[in-house]
Amino acid sequence: MRRVYFDHSATTGVLPEVFDAMMPFFLDKFGNSSSIHSFGREAKTALEDSRKHVANLLNADPTEIIFTSGGTESDNLAVKGVAMYKGKMKGHIITTKVEHHAILESCEFLKRFGFEVTHIPVSSEGLVDPAEIERAIRNDTVLISVMMANNEIGTIQPIREIGRIAQSKSIPFHTDAVQAIGKLPIDVKADNIDLLSLSAHKFHGPKGVGALYVRKGTKVEPILQGGGQERGLRSSTVNVAGAVGLGKAAEMAKRDLEPTAEKMKRLRDKMLRAVPELIPKSYVNGHKTKRLVNNAHFRFDFIEGEGLILQLDFKGIAASTGSACSTGSLEPSHVLLALGLTYQQAHGSLRITLGRENTEEEVDYLLEVLPGVVSKLREISPFSESRPMGPGEGGTCVQ
Amino acid sequence: MYSDKVMAHFANPHNVGEIPDADGIGKVGNPQCGDVMWLYIKVKNNILTDIKFKTFGCGAAIATSSMITDLAKGKTIEEAKKISRQDVADSLDGLPPTKMHCSNLAADALREAIKDYEAKLAEKARA
Ligand code: FES
Repeated sequence: MRRVYFDHSATTGVLPEVFDAMMPFFLDKFGNSSSIHSFGREAKTALEDSRKHVANLLNADPTEIIFTSGGTESDNLAVKGVAMYKGKMKGHIITTKVEHHAILESCEFLKRFGFEVTHIPVSSEGLVDPAEIERAIRNDTVLISVMMANNEIGTIQPIREIGRIAQSKSIPFHTDAVQAIGKLPIDVKADNIDLLSLSAHKFHGPKGVGALYVRKGTKVEPILQGGGQERGLRSSTVNVAGAVGLGKAAEMAKRDLEPTAEKMKRLRDKMLRAVPELIPKSYVNGHKTKRLVNNAHFRFDFIEGEGLILQLDFKGIAASTGSACSTGSLEPSHVLLALGLTYQQAHGSLRITLGRENTEEEVDYLLEVLPGVVSKLREISPFSESRPMGPGEGGTCVQ
Repeated sequence: MYSDKVMAHFANPHNVGEIPDADGIGKVGNPQCGDVMWLYIKVKNNILTDIKFKTFGCGAAIATSSMITDLAKGKTIEEAKKISRQDVADSLDGLPPTKMHCSNLAADALREAIKDYEAKLAEKARA
């Protein structure tokens, strides 16, 4: 059976060039980058080279890049590290309702110690209004954290403007750019960003490695204590092979950004147009234009997302749902609820995320298969246009 | 994460549909996950001669719906009442822990349908 992968926001495959670059650092160039001998120096040189590539992708200085274990650690270091600088245990943080759990949970953690957090709501298309951020700022605000692009619905936030507001009030501004890398050009200077999280495996690097950009002069407390690697901000022996993979992936992302983004956008637009035309009672979630070039997010009335994912899998198509139902939690996605969708609407969602290798033919295959899959599930469902779900039937929204 | 049996029932659910002149209907929903199950039964001489379902829900919800119709069909009312949540899960070779409540939903739907049937019967007897 043919297999089509449309779940690139979950993870991507490692590019052959990335794999080739990493290989020697598992085998004969295995030195510890902190060691002084030639093995160590060899690793250190490669590490610094990779740092340059990552910096280059963001228009940053290599000294501003800290290697971490991935997006989650970068987010944790940014939020906790800035908020708790010098052991401070109080202050105010501004973030949004649609952040990744790594941000939301870090904020929840800080609340236990006395921090206060404001979650800015979003529009029905998932957009944050910078004016609302500005209004939320208080004298004791220590951090503003707003993601660059949403991992579920792909909506791109007005980062530059939010950064400008933060800068004018001298408040550190962090952005989780995990989904944006490789799809959007990023310039931390022009975008007024003080801290930025990224993860290698979202743009064809290996899993388990990421980076945090920390603008010179930004005060961050380490959250890992130990040998003082990464300028004291991230103790732990550096994952040299991983960092080399990240560097190579960053180099390739920079080189190929324009043509891949253009291709993905064309395929994305085809889906955004075709699905609501082909399937009655289907809708696009997220912003029509301010959205990641590789993200198409739909919802279908009267059916539930997990069934959709499984049925597509029977046809060889890997996609994901907007609902967390299949991943252990039964609650629908906090992002979709934040858009104002009902519990039921939030459940019937489908996320298609493209990668650089996807072809038009694969998109056509999805468009051919999807209507049948949706109608099959609708036949099983007790709800339909003539018999919609009434109030009190199904779940209630507990946010 | 789902057993082969769950996947098989999900892929080809048995007894999907409605019974227009059903003798009993059970409508249940789980307020936490939002899933909804409707179960229709037809009873003749105290035996469940036909049973159909419609479900809005996850893969496990659809599979457990299908399984309970298989388990209940041909049974007497008394036998059907004894089908437990565990029976549903066991017949599917188990369910992931977070999905155990889906088998509750199926067993509850059957029980509700029987309750509805018995209530209607009692009403008729009174009339
Ligand atoms: S997730 Fe609730 S019935 Fe399946």
